[in-house]
Amino acid sequence: MTRYLVARVLQAVIAVFFALTAVFFLVRITGDPVILFLPLDVQPKDITEFRHLLGFDQPVWVQYGTFLGRALHGDFGASLRYRAPALPLVLQRFPATVKLAVVSLALVAAGAVPIGVVSASHRGSLVDTLGIAVTALGQAVPGFWLGLMLIWIFGVWLRWFPVSGYGDWTHFVLPALTLAAFYAAQIARVTRSAVLDALGQDYVRTARAKGMSEPNVLARHVLKNAAIPVVTVFGLNAGQLLGGAVVTETIFAWPGLGGYILNALLGRDFPVVMVGVLFTSLIYVTMNFLVDLSYLWLNPQVRYG
Amino acid sequence: MGRPVRGPALAGMAIVLAALGCAFLAPYLAPYNPTAASFAAVLRPPSHAHPFGTDQLGRDVLSRVIFGARIALLVGIVTVVVAGLVGCSLGLASGYFGGWCDAVIMRVADVQLSFPFILLALTINAIIGAGLRNIIASLVIAGWPLYVRVVRGEVLALRNREYVQAAVATGAAVGRIILRHVLPNVTTPIIVISTLQVSQFIIAEATISFLGFGIQPPAAAWGTMVADGRNYIFFAWWLSAFPGAALALTALGVNLTGDWLRDTLDPRLRT
Repeated sequence: MTRYLVARVLQAVIAVFFALTAVFFLVRITGDPVILFLPLDVQPKDITEFRHLLGFDQPVWVQYGTFLGRALHGDFGASLRYRAPALPLVLQRFPATVKLAVVSLALVAAGAVPIGVVSASHRGSLVDTLGIAVTALGQAVPGFWLGLMLIWIFGVWLRWFPVSGYGDWTHFVLPALTLAAFYAAQIARVTRSAVLDALGQDYVRTARAKGMSEPNVLARHVLKNAAIPVVTVFGLNAGQLLGGAVVTETIFAWPGLGGYILNALLGRDFPVVMVGVLFTSLIYVTMNFLVDLSYLWLNPQVRYG
Repeated sequence: MGRPVRGPALAGMAIVLAALGCAFLAPYLAPYNPTAASFAAVLRPPSHAHPFGTDQLGRDVLSRVIFGARIALLVGIVTVVVAGLVGCSLGLASGYFGGWCDAVIMRVADVQLSFPFILLALTINAIIGAGLRNIIASLVIAGWPLYVRVVRGEVLALRNREYVQAAVATGAAVGRIILRHVLPNVTTPIIVISTLQVSQFIIAEATISFLGFGIQPPAAAWGTMVADGRNYIFFAWWLSAFPGAALALTALGVNLTGDWLRDTLDPRLRT
């Protein structure tokens, strides 16, 4: 177990390191960004000076060495746009994204799992058909368009919820629905097929044969066995949620990580981009790790040597 | 191929055919020129003359939606073909040869998979620049690892099968073994994934274009049109509603077709 843990942590560190390295060199292929952050009437002398100040006049390898050395000490440089350390700037945006993600994941769990279970246990019924139709639609509707349509229906037309910004619970409704929709559809589908799979197993037939009531069979035998694929997809998606957050946060002017990274990319604010990459890959790798660990609890047959 | 085509699968195929029809016959189906501005008819709501209304430059939204099918399907299909070719070749090599070849390919794939797909494609697109060719390139670069994973897994299972070992024993060339004995046995999962990937790539392209990278205006791409409509959402819903609906409908059609293909060709893959 210890060996497994050490190996996994090492793998994760290596993956994050390579992601940082790849992005470091890739963004620099696009050339030197300093000109973007200076006024239009700037003198050539000042450009050179500014470039020297930021270290962009050095060879890429030297820049990379400096970056790694400083990054190891938690210093990712200053944002080119805001002239303040990039790490705290990004960290500041973190809580808003986490809150939105947690609310969305709660919506997914509360909405999608029951739909999947009911759909599977009433296979072929009207409820099942309806469930399949809704989930198929949910997977096809792009997040950015769903967000806009929610704004139009609930913000502009019905005036029930605010259409942008951050504040009390009403501000969470539309962004959380937008972020949750696609994943909810996916989780509902996975739940349905996992439950169907478990329902066809011998232990379910045995449980029914000995006279166990249907709700009891579902609760005791089916759900726990159906949980593994659901947890896998759920965990992997929690990481993908960050990708969705970029879109959702942009549409709803949500002061989170996703929108911030997008703006840094658009504005070529390299230090902020690097911190964003670091965070995204860290969260992603951690989620995958937690998914693997959860198998230990869900399935006693799983052993990590 | 025992499964009859009906219900959702039939609807899905009808949608895909309709989208393909729009793409191929756009100039004949569109009532107006999709790029012709008309400042006399700006932001008109849907009417008899303009069923989907007109946009901020007076262009006919219906015509632009019809022409938008071209970009969406072009990006979806070309990306799937190229990413599929790259991913399958690397997956075959990785699974068949093993060793350092496998190690290198899988590490690169792992690093890529430790990052959300859409963010990766977005970053690459931000680096290499906007435009049709670049968005296809960035989607290919972000999308190939999925194929590698699936194909490699299948090849690993196939490599030790008797007929492959027999071919090796008779001294068949490596290329021949891979093409004649291994590849035909992994085509089913490849076809199934590819179909479902078409809709993923179409949505990804539209998302990236919506965010300001990717396809640039004035091209009639669905994502760009929704982005335009975003600025007018408070008084001209039709600008973003129709192109987005076309996008969702196309993705739905492709997904339903893909689900049917999966259930028909390979029940093991059912999720």
